[in-house]
Amino acid sequence: MKAIYNNLLGGRQGVIGLALLAALIFLVLPMFLDIFRLNLVGKYLTYAFAAVSLVLIWGYGGILSLGQGVFFGLGGYCMAMFLKLEASSPENTAIQSTPGIPDFMDWNQLTQLPWFWEPFNSFPFTLFAILAVPGLLAYIIGVAMFKRRVGGVYFSIITQAIAAILTILIVGQQGLTGGINGITDLKTLHGWDIRTDSAKYLLYYINGGLLIGVILLSRFILSSKLGRLLLAMRDKEDRVRFSGYDVSNFKIFIFCVAAMISAMGGAMFTLQVGFMSPSFVGIVPSIEMVIFAAVGGRMSLIGAVYGALIVNYGKTYFSETFPELWLFLMGGLFIAVVMFFPNGLAGLYEKHGKRIMEKIKSLRRKPTPPAEKTLAAGNDTSAAAREAA
Amino acid sequence: MGGYTLTELGSIFVMQGFAGLSLFSVLLLMALGLAIIFGQMGVINMAHGEFMTIGAYTTVMFSVLTAKFAPGFIDYYFPFAMLVSFLIAFGIGYFVEFAMIRHLYKRPLDTLLATWGLSLIMQQIFRSAFGAREVSATLPEWLLGSFQPTESIDIPLNGIFVMGLTVFVTLGVFYFLFKSRWGLRVRATTQNRIMAGAVGINTRLVDRVSFALGCGIAGIAGAAFTTITSTGPTTGTLYIVDTFLVVVFGGAASLFGTIASAFSIAQAQSIMEFFMTGSMAKVLTLLTIIGILMLRPEGLFSIKVRK
Repeated sequence: MKAIYNNLLGGRQGVIGLALLAALIFLVLPMFLDIFRLNLVGKYLTYAFAAVSLVLIWGYGGILSLGQGVFFGLGGYCMAMFLKLEASSPENTAIQSTPGIPDFMDWNQLTQLPWFWEPFNSFPFTLFAILAVPGLLAYIIGVAMFKRRVGGVYFSIITQAIAAILTILIVGQQGLTGGINGITDLKTLHGWDIRTDSAKYLLYYINGGLLIGVILLSRFILSSKLGRLLLAMRDKEDRVRFSGYDVSNFKIFIFCVAAMISAMGGAMFTLQVGFMSPSFVGIVPSIEMVIFAAVGGRMSLIGAVYGALIVNYGKTYFSETFPELWLFLMGGLFIAVVMFFPNGLAGLYEKHGKRIMEKIKSLRRKPTPPAEKTLAAGNDTSAAAREAA
Repeated sequence: MGGYTLTELGSIFVMQGFAGLSLFSVLLLMALGLAIIFGQMGVINMAHGEFMTIGAYTTVMFSVLTAKFAPGFIDYYFPFAMLVSFLIAFGIGYFVEFAMIRHLYKRPLDTLLATWGLSLIMQQIFRSAFGAREVSATLPEWLLGSFQPTESIDIPLNGIFVMGLTVFVTLGVFYFLFKSRWGLRVRATTQNRIMAGAVGINTRLVDRVSFALGCGIAGIAGAAFTTITSTGPTTGTLYIVDTFLVVVFGGAASLFGTIASAFSIAQAQSIMEFFMTGSMAKVLTLLTIIGILMLRPEGLFSIKVRK
């Protein structure tokens, strides 16, 4: 029991953080926002999946993947393919020259459903594919790169190139993928209309629940021995290797987990927003996901959620009111986070918020003896890293 | 080969090959600056494309001003525009290194994010200053038209010009890096920073000048770019991934590798473009590069360094 409390929930501080986040997602936001705004928040929260995955792989693993948009997009496309097939039943598409296939295929003179679309008629397969397709791609990339000890900057550039490739491929193969417009006009899931307000509420809560689940899972991974190995690898890879661990396997594992988490976000995105397009796959969204994690704090799972919420809220607000200013702000945010707040919001809290809390507490307590203080200072960094998780 | 005569096929081959050479020149011009910044210094400059755009806009401005105030000068403005493009990009690069990059040498992944932010800001500055529409320079007479050795072969002059310029700049970079005193300092610093400092090289100044020089070369690339196509605020981002792949594929620290990889990527792309759609050709080229990089992570040509 105690172990679960300390590891899975992260001790007292972790429980409080998680409870606050859950209260915000499940109670505060639905209470104060109308369904349109809440749906937007739901969309931001799907990006939080990607941000959490980046905390795992970048914050703890030290591997900067610029391809999280690829996995997010693949998850979203898998879901979109199922919904599209349901929306293009022969009755709904009777006016097409080939009824029963998605409209964009008909426009591109396809007369038959391509083979890789066939399995997406089945909902269980779709759910499986949402995790399996990105997971498999991540496994292939991971094996090819980490086994050859490609790391650091090279990994980032290559994952970025993969994001570029997938975008070009989707845009270029219009008849098979819907091209630049993406897969649109998604209406029902098993006959359940996903565009109604009640469906949006339900999807929002499912999304929030999944997100909390993902955070718990990530915390479980990070608090296990594997999490400690990840940190060790990030800081001194060679030493871990010399201690007899196969470093690449751990990297492949965490990369696959991160890919699947992003993909879940993508699938929820499709459900809540009602379409999927290549503009959520490419280089720009992938790198923006990194900034969500960076703003929240690259070492903090909960911070990543706040990062995604704040940056996306800012993006919506500024691009509605001052479209000119938005890119300046976004660019400035990248630079400021890297140069002045490398640990993001969570880091700011660790540095200032905690001290204020301590001060409030210490007003009521006697000052601690100096000997204990130095000891505490020595353990400070590792303790901070643990607590931030 | 559906209905082509042998001479026609020959002409297609020559022209397609020349299209590949033009692409090669543009890629190489872009990649040379990055080969210094990324290859030698290890800094990931995501804003490299924007430094190219600076050069392109400078040239466009130059041509507009010349056409307005000194129409007789229009045939000669181009070399000056190129020089000014270089100087402006050099100056901005010098400042960026001072303000940002030098604090981040120990955190390469963070440099990537910071320079990405820089590129966003620069794009928005371009958009605010020059508008979102693409603009193009008025080209001097001697760059227009084409060279026709036979009836069916048609080679545009601006392509030849860009190729000549590329050769010139490449030789210049070679001379700078391998024959000049400055190049010696740059190579010493990248190979062993502490020792280089110990023998009296001002490594900080070397960093700053190298970075600025890489940016300046991107500026020249931008100037050359205006002779081929028009310039928009986001022109730079279109090429940044390709450029990085050229440098990585060639082997980061090898200038010769950069040239070889720019050549093979450009030729592969333009030959495949003849057989399939442009986007599929691009996908296949990129996939091949990634495939080869997985087999040879250090790139085509690598310098063996003990680490």
